[in-house]
Amino acid sequence: MEFTPRIIAFLCNWCSYTGADLAGTSRMEYKSNVRSVRVMCSGRIEPTFVLEAFKKGADGVLICGCHPGDCHYQEGNYRCLRRFLLLQKYIRQMGIETERLKLEWISASEGKQFAELVNSFTETITELGPCKIKETMQILT
Amino acid sequence: MEGSKAKLKLAVYWASACGGCCVSVLDVHEKLFDVIAAADLVFWPIALDIKYHDVEEMPDQHIDLTLFNGAVRNSENEHMARLLRKKSKILVAYGSCSHLGGIPGLANFSTKEDILNRVFIESESVVNPENILPQPEYEVKEGVLNLPEFFNDVRSLAQVVDVDYFIPGCPPQTERLLEVFVAVVSGAELPPKGSVIGAETKTQCDECIRKKTENKRIKKFYRPWEITDDGYSCFMEQGVICMGPATRAGCGYRCIKGNAPCRGCYGPPAGVTDPGAKMMSAIASIIDEKEPEEISRVLEDVVDPAGLFYRFSLPVSLIRRKII
Repeated sequence: MEFTPRIIAFLCNWCSYTGADLAGTSRMEYKSNVRSVRVMCSGRIEPTFVLEAFKKGADGVLICGCHPGDCHYQEGNYRCLRRFLLLQKYIRQMGIETERLKLEWISASEGKQFAELVNSFTETITELGPCKIKETMQILT
Repeated sequence: MEGSKAKLKLAVYWASACGGCCVSVLDVHEKLFDVIAAADLVFWPIALDIKYHDVEEMPDQHIDLTLFNGAVRNSENEHMARLLRKKSKILVAYGSCSHLGGIPGLANFSTKEDILNRVFIESESVVNPENILPQPEYEVKEGVLNLPEFFNDVRSLAQVVDVDYFIPGCPPQTERLLEVFVAVVSGAELPPKGSVIGAETKTQCDECIRKKTENKRIKKFYRPWEITDDGYSCFMEQGVICMGPATRAGCGYRCIKGNAPCRGCYGPPAGVTDPGAKMMSAIASIIDEKEPEEISRVLEDVVDPAGLFYRFSLPVSLIRRKII
């Protein structure tokens, strides 16, 4: 069977989710592999959320927030960026390809960019193949 | 216990452990007399010559309280975990290894194959021209010899058997053990099953003895030996990574009082499953940079995030081993 990746996207309420919404209302077509989770701010996305997503079988995790300087809460997206960079370092050590975790800034007007991002990220993950984490977590002895 | 005069039956066992937990039990010093007055030690390999088959012959639930320290690394550890579960009324995971996987749990960064190769073949001090590796079974003319089977993954006690309580620490503080012991002996009402006992619910930082301000803005992280500690202000504010924000309180700040940052042996505070993820969150929040290149430069000082943030908790964390 052909591999269809499962991707979890965490989208901030003020920019990225609205941007994704714009893609939909503008009737743009993009891959249906992404499951969106709306959060109030990209600064709300704890490393736990990302790791939990991988553990439960996500093949890729996409984080989107407001462009630098545009955060509704002033600094949330910078926190997100720092956590993202640290997480990248951590998942590399754990044997998860860093390409599986992506951070992009999507503003409320960037519906087109969102659709393109989803398509290109889905393509990257399809090329990488399924994430082996779920399999590894089952082996115990 | 039947009748008021019956003495408590107490067992202490070490699985994949360093022995420090058993020593922390011995650290009751002269209070040992009080312990012995209230309890019979029916099994304790470090101190008493009682064999495994003696434990096997005990009736089920014969032992009132078992302190099980050490992680589950091989089939012997697993066998003893199951056996002691069957023979004990209360089974306590005692110490970081049995609670969280502990230091032996760091082996989950490798595989069984890697470890055996390194130890028995590649190691500079080993001469093994025939590349002989330990076998669980080996036939000689006198019969079959057995060794415990070495597992690929290190597990915490609760990942193998049902555990009643957890006493964290590397090793747990003896005073806290005595409190627990006195509670069991006195017949006081015990906390709900699955509780972490002998510790607080909040974090280390919550009541830390060092001086804290809101001003945690870090442009560079230091290893403890790279700076001169002023002796009183928060380690994080000085740029030294301290596991306090993601670690349960209750140890009495032993490391902090010794002017060393917290290493996280008491595990996550109540309500947190993955201390390392919390720690990453905390560390990221205090970095005072906004450009990706600058942030990455600061993060270069966090050389080994997985090993540092999951030093004691890798086997019970969300991603409990390196992907193979």
